[in-house]
Amino acid sequence: MTQLATALKAPVIGGRRIVRGDRITRTVLLVLLMLFAIVPLLSMFTAALAPQGSNPPGLSWPAHPHWGNFADAWTAANLLALFRSSVLIVLGVVPATVAMATAAGYGLAQLRVPGGKIIYGLLLAGLTIPYESLITPLYYDIQSLGLLGSRLAVVLPLIGLLMPFGVFWMRAHFVNAETALTEAGQLDGASTWQVFRRIHLPLAKPAISALMILFFLATWNQYLLPLVLIGDPAKRTVAGGLGAFQGQYGTNTALLCAGALLIIAPSLLVFLVFQRNFVKAILQGAIR
Amino acid sequence: MSYSRTAPRSDTATGTPPAPSDPALRGVAPVGPVPGRGSSAGRLRARRVRSRQWGALLWVAPAFLCYAAFVLYPLGQSIQYSFYNWDGIGIATPAGLANWQAIFTQPELLSAITHAFELIVFYTLFPVGAGLAAASLIRELKPGPLSTISRTILFIPQVLPLVAAGVAWTWLYSPNGLVNQILRATGLGGATRAWLGDFTFALPAVGVIGVWVMLGFCTVLLLSGIGKIDPALYEAAGLDGAGRLWQFRAVTLPGLRQELVVCTTFTVVAALASFDVIQVSTQGGPGYQTMVPGVEIYRLTFLDQRIGQASALAIFLTVLVLLVVWPIQRLGRTD
Repeated sequence: MTQLATALKAPVIGGRRIVRGDRITRTVLLVLLMLFAIVPLLSMFTAALAPQGSNPPGLSWPAHPHWGNFADAWTAANLLALFRSSVLIVLGVVPATVAMATAAGYGLAQLRVPGGKIIYGLLLAGLTIPYESLITPLYYDIQSLGLLGSRLAVVLPLIGLLMPFGVFWMRAHFVNAETALTEAGQLDGASTWQVFRRIHLPLAKPAISALMILFFLATWNQYLLPLVLIGDPAKRTVAGGLGAFQGQYGTNTALLCAGALLIIAPSLLVFLVFQRNFVKAILQGAIR
Repeated sequence: MSYSRTAPRSDTATGTPPAPSDPALRGVAPVGPVPGRGSSAGRLRARRVRSRQWGALLWVAPAFLCYAAFVLYPLGQSIQYSFYNWDGIGIATPAGLANWQAIFTQPELLSAITHAFELIVFYTLFPVGAGLAAASLIRELKPGPLSTISRTILFIPQVLPLVAAGVAWTWLYSPNGLVNQILRATGLGGATRAWLGDFTFALPAVGVIGVWVMLGFCTVLLLSGIGKIDPALYEAAGLDGAGRLWQFRAVTLPGLRQELVVCTTFTVVAALASFDVIQVSTQGGPGYQTMVPGVEIYRLTFLDQRIGQASALAIFLTVLVLLVVWPIQRLGRTD
């Protein structure tokens, strides 16, 4: 084995000798995993280029790609309205939730909040509550508030539903923050607000932007709340709209695939642009 | 002999839900200068500190009130509804424990819960198992284009809305879809079927969608964990004569404990609380073959108008998730 390795002039990586066979296994494995992840989307893409109303094969480049399907799907799914609506909902949810979660996380980590342990315990309990478990009473609450069908019907509950994770995330950051700085600030006579604003907030920027990315995803991809609380698909989030689009054009494979691809394109684009931050944020979010 | 990661990450050890808040760290939180006992200045300071404590509530209040209004209050309502029969419009009549008994006696409700557990096999067991195998074979990704591209591509299923996963796979499973095309091309034409409409294969087919969503995420997470294990541990194990399998048991597994707990928790919750994928691909059918609690709650509320029954199932699901997640989290606590 060792002789073989030397014979192949194995490259030294991280101080360890890697046999070439390893490198091949590694690459083949990675490629297989990547194929599994990407092929369903490629299959949608080729189907989206088939003639409408036809029965396209699973995965093959059509002889005459119908690019016009994308234009038709754009109109049929009312995508402009859908994107505008998603952006409005995201703007309603994300900044407010992040601001409140940051304040609460700071309070619970750095200040002596009366009953803080109980408050934090109650919030933690909310981390695993499935949204379906709350949808029934939420529907009737939103109805009695007279908000059913408006975007606020999704924005308000989502702020509450995302809050446990937000507080959990920001508290985890502020607990590890430098306490010596706080003490120094207090000795200089700075108020709690000044210490937070001048010292801790600038240091928390990476944690806050990671949280914003995660909340953007959670809101943009939210399906259940818009489905139930907003009857008009054009006022829903993109994900909620896709469900309605599927219900309407389920039998028109080409149009459905084209519409679905257009609908996921922005999430994909945003992901590719912020790719590094996304992966880091999700990995951190998961680890914490 | 035991090998452990050289530098344990303290932040991960302290922040595992739903662990009670850690008293050790709260003690560290600054509370201002310690007042000198007895002196009048000290007493004055003490009063200021105390008043500041009540002021601290203001920092937490907005977040907690939003949470209370849209999570805790509805949760209480659900518990209350679960003891009534109500169609959502008329007058509710007390139902006693009937809605709760139905969960354990009505076959449809019971099968929804069984299916949720069967989905754990697909959402958790396959992705975590295969992800672990893949990650320990790949072990390290040289920083470079392949590493960046593979991370990006493996993550895509996790970033897309689950509805999109449902739509994509509904197409893949359709009679003309890719799955059947592959079967025909490999001479297994006899095995082709409309997968999502098949009484036997619908649930596994839906489960595979879960594998697709979760596998890349678990692999990337476990890979990043393996990258943090000190290579010296592998060398030490190698010098001690440990083979591949032994290295895996003695170095990789203990080193990945935290990541494994995260993968398992995340995927188990996703399996038990699944809704989007199934609502889009099968709506619980054919028959009740792929019915899960999430879809059943939705149908009971908005199609059957059985609010009490839906609420009982909702509370049951919440408790079930907590009961399953709790022991997994306990395993993850390193002390």
